[in-house]
Amino acid sequence: MNSSLLSLAIWVPIVGALPVLALGSERRNQMRWLALAVALAGFAVTLPLYLGFDISQAGMQFVEQAPWITRFNVQYALGVDGISMPFVILNSFITVIVVIAGWEVIEEKQAQYMGAFLIMSGLVNGIFSALDGILFYVFFEASLIPMYLIIGIWGGPNRVYAAIKFFLYTLLGSLLMLIAMIWLFLEAGGSADIFDWYRLPIGMTAQILLFIAFMLSFAVKIPMWPVHTWLPDAHVEAPTGGSVVLAAIALKQGAYGFLRFSLPILPDASHYLAPMVITLSLIAVIYIGFVALVQSDMKKLVAYSSISHMGFVTLGFFIFNPIGMEGALVQMISHGFVAGAMFLCIGIMYDRMHSRQIADYGGVINSMPKFAAFFLLFAMANAGLPATSGFVGEFMVILGAVKFNFWIGFAAAITLILGAAYTLWMYKRVVFGAVANEHVAKLTDIGAREFLFLAVLAACVLAMGLYPLPFTEVMHASVENLLKHVAVSKLP
Amino acid sequence: MLNNFVMPDLYPAAPEIFLLLMSFVVLFADLFLGATQRRLAGRLTLLTLIGCAFITVYTDDGQSTLTFSNMFIDDLLADFLKLTTYVAVATMLVYGRQYLADRQLDKGEFYLLVLYATLGMMVMISAASLLTLYLGLELMSLSLYALVAIDRDSSRATEAAMKYFVLGALASGLLLYGMSMIYGATGNLEIGSIAQALLQDKADKTVLVFGLVFIVAGIAFKLGAVPFHMWIPDVYHGAPTVVTLFIGSAPKLAAYAMALRLLVYGLFSLAKEWQTMLLIMAVLSIGLGNLAAIAQSNLKRMLAYSAISHMGYMLLGLTAGVAGAEVDPFTVVNAYGSALYYTVAYVLMSLGSFGMILLLSRAGYEAEHLDDFKGLNQRSPWFAAIMLVFMLSMAGIPFFIGFFAKFAVLLAAVKAGHTVVAVVAVLFSLIGAFYYLRVVKLMYFDDPVDASPICAPVNMTFLLSLNGVAVAAFGLFPDAIMTMCTAVLLRSL
Repeated sequence: MNSSLLSLAIWVPIVGALPVLALGSERRNQMRWLALAVALAGFAVTLPLYLGFDISQAGMQFVEQAPWITRFNVQYALGVDGISMPFVILNSFITVIVVIAGWEVIEEKQAQYMGAFLIMSGLVNGIFSALDGILFYVFFEASLIPMYLIIGIWGGPNRVYAAIKFFLYTLLGSLLMLIAMIWLFLEAGGSADIFDWYRLPIGMTAQILLFIAFMLSFAVKIPMWPVHTWLPDAHVEAPTGGSVVLAAIALKQGAYGFLRFSLPILPDASHYLAPMVITLSLIAVIYIGFVALVQSDMKKLVAYSSISHMGFVTLGFFIFNPIGMEGALVQMISHGFVAGAMFLCIGIMYDRMHSRQIADYGGVINSMPKFAAFFLLFAMANAGLPATSGFVGEFMVILGAVKFNFWIGFAAAITLILGAAYTLWMYKRVVFGAVANEHVAKLTDIGAREFLFLAVLAACVLAMGLYPLPFTEVMHASVENLLKHVAVSKLP
Repeated sequence: MLNNFVMPDLYPAAPEIFLLLMSFVVLFADLFLGATQRRLAGRLTLLTLIGCAFITVYTDDGQSTLTFSNMFIDDLLADFLKLTTYVAVATMLVYGRQYLADRQLDKGEFYLLVLYATLGMMVMISAASLLTLYLGLELMSLSLYALVAIDRDSSRATEAAMKYFVLGALASGLLLYGMSMIYGATGNLEIGSIAQALLQDKADKTVLVFGLVFIVAGIAFKLGAVPFHMWIPDVYHGAPTVVTLFIGSAPKLAAYAMALRLLVYGLFSLAKEWQTMLLIMAVLSIGLGNLAAIAQSNLKRMLAYSAISHMGYMLLGLTAGVAGAEVDPFTVVNAYGSALYYTVAYVLMSLGSFGMILLLSRAGYEAEHLDDFKGLNQRSPWFAAIMLVFMLSMAGIPFFIGFFAKFAVLLAAVKAGHTVVAVVAVLFSLIGAFYYLRVVKLMYFDDPVDASPICAPVNMTFLLSLNGVAVAAFGLFPDAIMTMCTAVLLRSL
């Protein structure tokens, strides 16, 4: 009966973007309010997904199915389980924040800015709810277009390079995934239904090849070391909203892909190649953590910290125990809030100072006390302080990793030190101390609009840190089911 | 003598006959009224195409009918291709009217040549004998050579026409030579009888394969596949943009028909042989087309190289028909259907992208450089979005028709066991994505050099918008054309 909710979550923002674009930037005020209304409507239709979610069920809920390309038996099949449902909501929520955050600071072509984010939001909801491989791929690739335009039109001085690098890097990965999907499609006797793919017995060589094809696509998106180099460029050049969506949403698509495709379709290859993935994850956690330490650009620092945090996520997946996997999922959601908030904070400073260099700041607390308080909370969450959302996920993953192998857990735990080091050191240099220069002295504190979205995010971060049960309980059944599935060999 | 003469059934060829008659009307109307009624010829030509479409639909009985002593076939495939051709030609006329008028090229000759070229394509599409096919091909080619040179005072156009003519004549020669060998080996000119003769295994295989090589070379030339692609960049670049638009659209359909009639209807028993040849050409075309397009600063030239790569993808579909030892009808239809779908999708995108060049061109000014698209988003967000759709569709990014065309072809290729080739093809399309993205970058990320507003006739802007919306809509709902392509083939093979 609620079965059209997911379609609404996808198409409300996309269709709503059309009148926003049609209004154009000349009628700025109406356009902005309309964009906000569309984003809120898009968020509102995702709320029943949580409220009506049956946590005892492991399977797909809110399922919709309709023939799409009958010629190839490709279905318009949507559904969410405990793994994907939180991301649909997170995505729609972040879109609202982004629309509010772009309210005044975007001066050029604001209608297209809002339109691009709304379309992006719909496409990303499609990624998280597609139950048909080809449909997933279509959403996965189509979501590159708005992000390409967002970075390229509203980005920084080197935006063209960053936008094209972003697009081609991600396209490279996904094209090989397309071939892998076509192969699976034919093996499954002409079905792109991912549940048919789950049941398909596949030989070891084929599994490894397919795993690599899928992994290239997802690893670029996450991004894992060593294919991460597009992310710092994209983050630094993207406008604030673009960075927020990249960090909070886009990176999660790759991690989600592992859970939805690689692990259940290719369990044997996943086990076989797990040491490789774990190694890459640990390199991301530790090495990229050190790289983050030496950054002089705040956005770059947070970008590297994102890579490091995402290393935690992949680590949690490939140790194959429930606590690790749930921890990784919590970490993904938490990172969505925290990294999004960090980029918003940097954006707030950038709007006033037009600089992201740590060296240009110092003593911000004197002129922006309210802002400094929020920024501190998010920085602490980024460092994984207990009672913030950042702690829950990291702690669970470390627990899982120690269960799996003490030394892996030990290595992963280094991130707690590194994360605290780079985040808090950056915070100290930017916010504390004496007022560095007259620009900082002239800063104005955050206004009501900025206060609003920071407060909402702060509430989320704290709520998730203090009482994570509402977030984890929806995942239990689906994660258990997934792990059960991964434990069974699919070799013919 | 005349006692033996049987009046052929003219009914299946009714659209061709109507077009021929109308061409006389256009000729005379232009001759006597052209001076006073400058738009008459163009309008009559459009009317002719509409009339042809009506006749084609009206005379369609869903059957394959042979006429003119089995030299002419009217099947569902022919009807489908002809209707698509009318749409492409009519679109070209609407897009090109202002451009032609600005350059004083909208003379009667232009429309006549377009009509004859269209007639040539129709005959090619309906050819059931080697002779008919050659006749149609020459009628089309000769008209096109003249069309390229229609702007008499442009030295670039004349040079392009000369190259096109010399190379085209050579290719026709090769094709004819190949046909003569096939005739020598089988003793037949009728495509159906050739297929029969080959099935009975009476023909000399060596001669046949020799003939096949020449025929494949001729087809590859018309498609513009590597290594017979040399003419494409120069002709696309040199010809007036309207003519480039024409060459880049409808003749691709005719060339597909030619490939299908000759290779699949006629020489299917030799599929293993020609599939290998086409596979090599497909990979080379995809590779060279995409690589060379990066280096272009002229949009027409860039689209020319992109056309080469697109024809490579189309050929990839044609190579996937026979995979194992046995011929599986489903695979066959799947493969040739995907190639047909690709061709139709390409024509749709090609019409639109050249249409955009025409839209931005003014009297005395050709907007054919990449830089002319700079900042289009600021000049006209709507048309920038339309161009974005065309470019991303050509790059094979979903939700646009180009993605599903690539998907269908890749699916057929993987099914036929060409997985490695499919991987190579997608990797080159990654390279291809770069130059399409560059156009998007110019339109969206750069500031305009020339901020003059875009002025074009309403019917052109409307049709161009419709074209863009169609590329997007057929991407959201790819089923319609896809099913049509396979259904048509199912009932015609």
